[in-house]
Amino acid sequence: MEHPGSARLSIRSLQSPLAGPFSLELTPGACAAITGPSGSGKSLFLRMIADLDPNTGEVWLDARERADFTPPDWRRQATYVAAEAGWWAETVADHLPATRKEEARDLAAELGLAPDLLDAAIARLSTGEKQRFALLRALLLGPPVLLLDEPTGALDQVSVGRVEQVMRARLAEGVALVMVTHDDALALRLGDQHYRMNERKLAPA
Amino acid sequence: MNTVSLTPLDLAVAASLVVLDAVLSLILALRLHRQIAIAAARMTLQLIAIGYILRLVFKLNNPLATLAIVVVMVLIAGREVAARPEQRFKDLSNLALGAGSVALATFVTVILALTTAIRPQPWFDPRYAVPLAGIILGNVLNAASLTLDSLLSGVVKDRTAIEARLCLGSSYWQAMGGPIRGAIRRGLLPIINQMSAAGVVTLPGIMTGQILAGMDPLEAVKYQILLMFLLSGGSGLAAVVIAYLTAWRLTDPRQRLRLDRLKSAA
Repeated sequence: MEHPGSARLSIRSLQSPLAGPFSLELTPGACAAITGPSGSGKSLFLRMIADLDPNTGEVWLDARERADFTPPDWRRQATYVAAEAGWWAETVADHLPATRKEEARDLAAELGLAPDLLDAAIARLSTGEKQRFALLRALLLGPPVLLLDEPTGALDQVSVGRVEQVMRARLAEGVALVMVTHDDALALRLGDQHYRMNERKLAPA
Repeated sequence: MNTVSLTPLDLAVAASLVVLDAVLSLILALRLHRQIAIAAARMTLQLIAIGYILRLVFKLNNPLATLAIVVVMVLIAGREVAARPEQRFKDLSNLALGAGSVALATFVTVILALTTAIRPQPWFDPRYAVPLAGIILGNVLNAASLTLDSLLSGVVKDRTAIEARLCLGSSYWQAMGGPIRGAIRRGLLPIINQMSAAGVVTLPGIMTGQILAGMDPLEAVKYQILLMFLLSGGSGLAAVVIAYLTAWRLTDPRQRLRLDRLKSAA
């Protein structure tokens, strides 16, 4: 297949028995904001891009097709952050690369997370703190494509502002962002392209 | 060896204890008397039947007949392993995983014991091969079913954690490390308990049987030690094999966690 021009992320006829087909194109630094009712297929769409559920179709990152990446490599490039984060170890620090302590601390401050929370037990965190740490550990990988599922769902207004700022900084660096959200105002502020998911189909909004 | 031969009267006396259980159930309204009666009758019939079958197989002394009866035992054990977990595959994977792991662990352990420690002539003499396979199967079945159950419920429970690791660029096998280790540990606990308690808390059945049948206690103990080693080897092998086979069945070439292959027992 030919290389899809100058797009950072290019999705063509992505589908599964459950959802689609979806097509989408994002240049570096562009954000697609997707809204729509619960259960309409927004998360399914992001999971298909990250190759977490079986799907057919094409996904390109710059000039390279998804099939050319090993699955772990692909997921490090197009990183999906689920609405409900999963944790597999005791403390926050256990979930972060030990060599990136400094960066993690700076990023935590930008996201409005106290530095001592980095050593806290996961069980002690509030839902909003967990959500921001889930974003933080994905940002540490520095992926060129971010797939964010309700990144501000559990946050107060101040924290929403901080997360928004961090996302803007990433967009300015050329990251392509696909964001699912219930927050229409956030979608309007951040999105360059607007979509509405309805019954597992994507339509321009 | 002077075996104590039991008469029908001896058994009848012991059976009165089962009647006592049933009476207790009636008095205390446990509503178990029917089940007790059925279970006791079933046990008696099953054991008498296997007694005749074993007598026949021993008399035939034919390797194919011996293999056939062991294979039937393995299949029944595999079915038990498959039936236990709350979570199941939509297809016949449970059965294949159960029978495969149980068969591998049992055959390897039994053949090892028969060709090295016990060494009957010939090594496949049914008088040794069949009872040995039976004892090992019982333990292997236990280890395999606990491992399978623990792994399947573990991946369902820890799905978000496993997928979070996948999303952050871990390989499938890295992401599954925790649940796989947990499941194997679960499968090995019974044999570890059994070994620690042997001789202190419990007198194992085989040893007790041999002592009752007139064997010198030390000779019986040696047999029991050999058996325990075989059982721990068989259990370990079964737990590891079924854990990795199950994990492999739960993924695909794109390193996804394919929980869509499971159905929940509603």
